[in-house]
Amino acid sequence: MAEKPSKVLLDPFFNSNPISLQVLGICSALAITSKLETVLVMAAAVTVVLGFSNASVSLIRNHIPNSIRIIVQMTIIASLVIIVDQVLKAYSYEISKQLSIFVGLIITNCIIMGRAEAFAMKEPVGLSILDGIGNGLGYSLILVVVGIIRELFGSGRLLGHVILPLSTDGGWYVSNGLLLLPPSAFFIIGLYIWVLRTWKKDQIEEN
Amino acid sequence: MIETYLSLFLTSVFVENMALAFFLGMCTFLAVSKTVDTAFGLGLAVIAVLTITVPVNNLIYQYVLQEDALAWAGITGIDLSFLGLICYIGVIAAIVQILEMTLDKFFPALYNTLGIFLPLITVNCAILGGVLFMVERNYKFGESVVFGFGSGFGWAIAIVGLAGIREKLKYSNIPVGLRGLGITFITVGLMSLAFMAFSGIQL
Repeated sequence: MAEKPSKVLLDPFFNSNPISLQVLGICSALAITSKLETVLVMAAAVTVVLGFSNASVSLIRNHIPNSIRIIVQMTIIASLVIIVDQVLKAYSYEISKQLSIFVGLIITNCIIMGRAEAFAMKEPVGLSILDGIGNGLGYSLILVVVGIIRELFGSGRLLGHVILPLSTDGGWYVSNGLLLLPPSAFFIIGLYIWVLRTWKKDQIEEN
Repeated sequence: MIETYLSLFLTSVFVENMALAFFLGMCTFLAVSKTVDTAFGLGLAVIAVLTITVPVNNLIYQYVLQEDALAWAGITGIDLSFLGLICYIGVIAAIVQILEMTLDKFFPALYNTLGIFLPLITVNCAILGGVLFMVERNYKFGESVVFGFGSGFGWAIAIVGLAGIREKLKYSNIPVGLRGLGITFITVGLMSLAFMAFSGIQL
């Protein structure tokens, strides 16, 4: 399977997006998207872990015995997540408090296991890194879209700056409280998938 | 005493439902909810694994990882809590493996029902999420047993409910682009809105 590097990097954006097509890594996508700031931190963390885990798994792929490969991958991923967790605690303690257990849950974020298993176990290091970064960015793309919609229309702000002045503070915008509640993330992703599949007809599923 | 446990149980089943309030274990929740039978099997497996792993990790946290937890062995001044994540996931993977072998040996019928789902559970975030919540909230051993069972039970109810709805949805005429994953997302959103009615209830 000789794939072009650019295709490996860019495909996960729309053609094989981890969230909308592969159904991977949804938990964190829903729980932390009410503010753009936490979204950006989470997206960066996942992309970094994904890139490094794909690289390390791919480096030792010929030495991992098949029967214990899951536990080897788990150990690599868990170590990387511990590093991310400690860095976050050291440099942005506030955000790490807000993300609470979701940093730890990057370990069980199926995107990472899924890509390690499906791609990094078979392909050379360079391509695996690209695949990791590509999937990380594809995941980030959806998170950022959802985060922007929820923060802008839910509380009239972006990254804490007031964009739409709220009527409660003397402005004109009446905020949509539903968007601050977790279930709204489901609706936004559901509608996003609808739009995406109307554009890319080949992703439509049979009922 | 019993009242505390009972209220903790009801809270973890309804108010803080793993799947619908915290969105944990979503990947399997969406992927394996096509029929009620398989959803039921997976639900049982999650209950079993959560009920065992949360208390076991609780013991490990209390007696090994916590700051000064090794005092019983005469070692003080050591805080191993940064090793938490790797320990918990190791314990989960090991227990899932042991459970699989035990069921295979002693309860072959149950093993055949759960079969393929057991290995999947290692990467189900509901399990690790339950363990991390237990650590964050400093549960005692007894509480952790109740919390593990309760949150597993809540997750199982949610997935069986979703599977029931999806079986009915097969007969409806859904817009083409929304079929499959899209409509499932929206269904789960509505279920989770319904479960929000429980939020804020203090027992």
